[in-house]
Amino acid sequence: MAVITYRQAIKDALAEEIMRDENVFVMGEEVAQYNGAYKVTEGLWARFGDKRLVDAPISEAGFIGLGIGSAMMGLRPVIEMMFFSFVYVAWDQAVNNASSLRYMSGGKINVPLVIRGPANGGTNVGATHSHTPENLVANFPGLKVVCPATPADAKGLMKAAIRDNDPVFVMESTVLYGMEGEVPDDEDFIVPLGKADVKREGKDLTIVAHGRSVLMALEAAKELSEKHKIEVEVVDLRSIRPLDEETIIKSVKKTGRALLVEENKPYCGIGAQISHLIQRRCFDYLDAPVHRISAVDAPAFYSPPVEKVQLPEAPIIIREALDMLNVKR
Amino acid sequence: MAEIIEMPKLSDTMTTGTLVNWLKQEGDSVSAGDMICEVETDKATMEVECFEDGVILKHYAKEGESVAIGQPICAVGEKGEEAPAVEAGGGASSDDSGKSAKESESKAEPAKEPESSKEPKEAPKSEETKGEKEDKQPKAEDAQKEEAKDASDDEDAKADAGDDKDVKVSPLARKLAKEKGLVLSMIKGTGPGGRIVRDDVLKAEKEGTAKPQPKQAPAAAAAGPAAPFIEEKTIPVTNMRSSIARALVGSKTQAPHFYLQIEVDGKPITDLRAALNHKLSNLPAEQGGVKFTVNDLILKAAAEAVRRVPAINREWKGDKIVQHGGVQLAFGVAIDDGLLTPVIRDAHAKSLRQIAFEAKDLIGKARNKKLKPNEMSGSTLTVTNLGMFGISDFYGIINPPNAAILSVGATVKTPIVDENDNITIGYRMKVGLSGDHRVIDGAVGAQYLQALKDILETPSVMLV
Repeated sequence: MAVITYRQAIKDALAEEIMRDENVFVMGEEVAQYNGAYKVTEGLWARFGDKRLVDAPISEAGFIGLGIGSAMMGLRPVIEMMFFSFVYVAWDQAVNNASSLRYMSGGKINVPLVIRGPANGGTNVGATHSHTPENLVANFPGLKVVCPATPADAKGLMKAAIRDNDPVFVMESTVLYGMEGEVPDDEDFIVPLGKADVKREGKDLTIVAHGRSVLMALEAAKELSEKHKIEVEVVDLRSIRPLDEETIIKSVKKTGRALLVEENKPYCGIGAQISHLIQRRCFDYLDAPVHRISAVDAPAFYSPPVEKVQLPEAPIIIREALDMLNVKR
Repeated sequence: MAEIIEMPKLSDTMTTGTLVNWLKQEGDSVSAGDMICEVETDKATMEVECFEDGVILKHYAKEGESVAIGQPICAVGEKGEEAPAVEAGGGASSDDSGKSAKESESKAEPAKEPESSKEPKEAPKSEETKGEKEDKQPKAEDAQKEEAKDASDDEDAKADAGDDKDVKVSPLARKLAKEKGLVLSMIKGTGPGGRIVRDDVLKAEKEGTAKPQPKQAPAAAAAGPAAPFIEEKTIPVTNMRSSIARALVGSKTQAPHFYLQIEVDGKPITDLRAALNHKLSNLPAEQGGVKFTVNDLILKAAAEAVRRVPAINREWKGDKIVQHGGVQLAFGVAIDDGLLTPVIRDAHAKSLRQIAFEAKDLIGKARNKKLKPNEMSGSTLTVTNLGMFGISDFYGIINPPNAAILSVGATVKTPIVDENDNITIGYRMKVGLSGDHRVIDGAVGAQYLQALKDILETPSVMLV
């Protein structure tokens, strides 16, 4: 197992899948000659050439539409969003066409499309570049949504997404690109879609999180254990849709408390869905009401210190966990 | 335009009704004549009829809730229409508090401002998002948040039914305590706002506290009082029970009761009943088949005796006394949680067969709480019979506005001194009379009892 960055893990996944399957190609703004805005595709154009790395003009509706069309014809496109916030420009293609073609063709047409790119806030790029649209996309039946939180998951989920016959949104977190971690070398290493992962075992409280929030939860869990002897279990969703309900329920039944952490806005956020699931399936196992931490319900702040307060950071998670356990801080 | 259905007045004495059961749920379509709900009045449980066509938009009253006459119970309108908002505690809502009382009284035209009717729905929503926003605010607002949280937790705990319902406890702790047989009220809660959480239950189990009462009883028996034989419980006062209480306190405190008793030879009616039933009880109804009870015969005799002493059939009206022309004969029927007095109309003009048939029908309705108010009102005389329980003599409380009540005891085998001074075995039944001295005097009561005795001892006169 090699220790590589999150960015490198995605690049490896793309390269391996391009080599494995001649139908796979990557398309997006500046993915080829410029080597990618966030350098995820660095070196791939030189390696695989014009046919497999395609530079697109600034025309999301156009190139996502092209991706859908080519996927319908049997290719397996990977479309890069320079920022995931730009997907709204191609909303009709992304959530209207891609999501429903298999259904509307009576199962005759598949859309093996991947839309990937950096999402979430934390990089001080302002309200229009910091969206966290996984809850919006997950709202559309027919679409799959994954949010890797570690380099290993990033590689494994990306490979699973490319091999999947339905449209999959892989939402990478901009702030995680430089994070290092162990990643299996195996060319067939995949992380199945729809499987959550218990990133830390605990008995007192379950934190359910995804993406960057998983790291915040792990940081909080470490401090809660060291300073307060509270053992937090951290469930990393990895897949937003399909959702691994059983892993969440098993953990909450074990600990009796659930704290849901997400970078989504609170209104109609993923936490609302999971909160419903828990009250429905675990009511008699709850030792405290389900608590939720989400981003402050406002457009993303540009100012770095203020944006830091807007997002779920470890100290906020620690405070909420102590409240739930009625521990004086 | 939605119509508001109000709690109807279902009986003369009714002031509130308990909504027992919704027969039509929110969203169900109804047409005029459909029964929409069951309401328990002070006397009976009745179905409420709908006079509108449409869809039940909203229930304003929950099952089990007591609603005053004229207060809204539900709204009927077109599908998809917004139900008019009503104020808590009933009454059609009016967003303009300055409107005249007259206007707010005309509830058929409830205020229907869409904004005001949406309010109840939206208020909690915006509060929730606000709450979540606050979740992220630093310390300053925490105290406020804590308070709000505790308040809602309190409500959660109260909403839980069952034992220990006032105890604040998490669902998990409640479940654990039940599994381990521990009493929640004896466990100290250490969760937010004193909520009992899992650790508290485990601790109580480990330390052996919070054991349920019966298990502690043997140890406590030596010193303290013994454990109760049957668990003490509080029984809510039903509309019927409170109506009985009100009516009878009124009767006993306002009507000056006097009491008379007469001993009747029970043999003739026992024989007559046996003979009638022997001949008739196996016949099909269309051929006149019928089975009489002793009570049927007594009812018939009581009505018949009024012919001879009509003064017993009176009513006190404060400034005058009314002597009724016909006998509206009430009789007591004990039911599970109360006592009802259905009325046989014009009993003086009915045959024994008719009386028996009607009494049976009314008893059935009484037991199923299906008596209508008009089947229980307007009595002029009441008969109560405890003979079937082996009670030989007693005096009932007068059933207002009657002037008298007859209390019939069991027919008992007893030694009798006959005209030849020989002691023989006889069958004797004691009939008591409680009379309202404002209306009738002892002599009238005595004459009536004498007439009744005469009829019961020569029951063939009831055939005429």
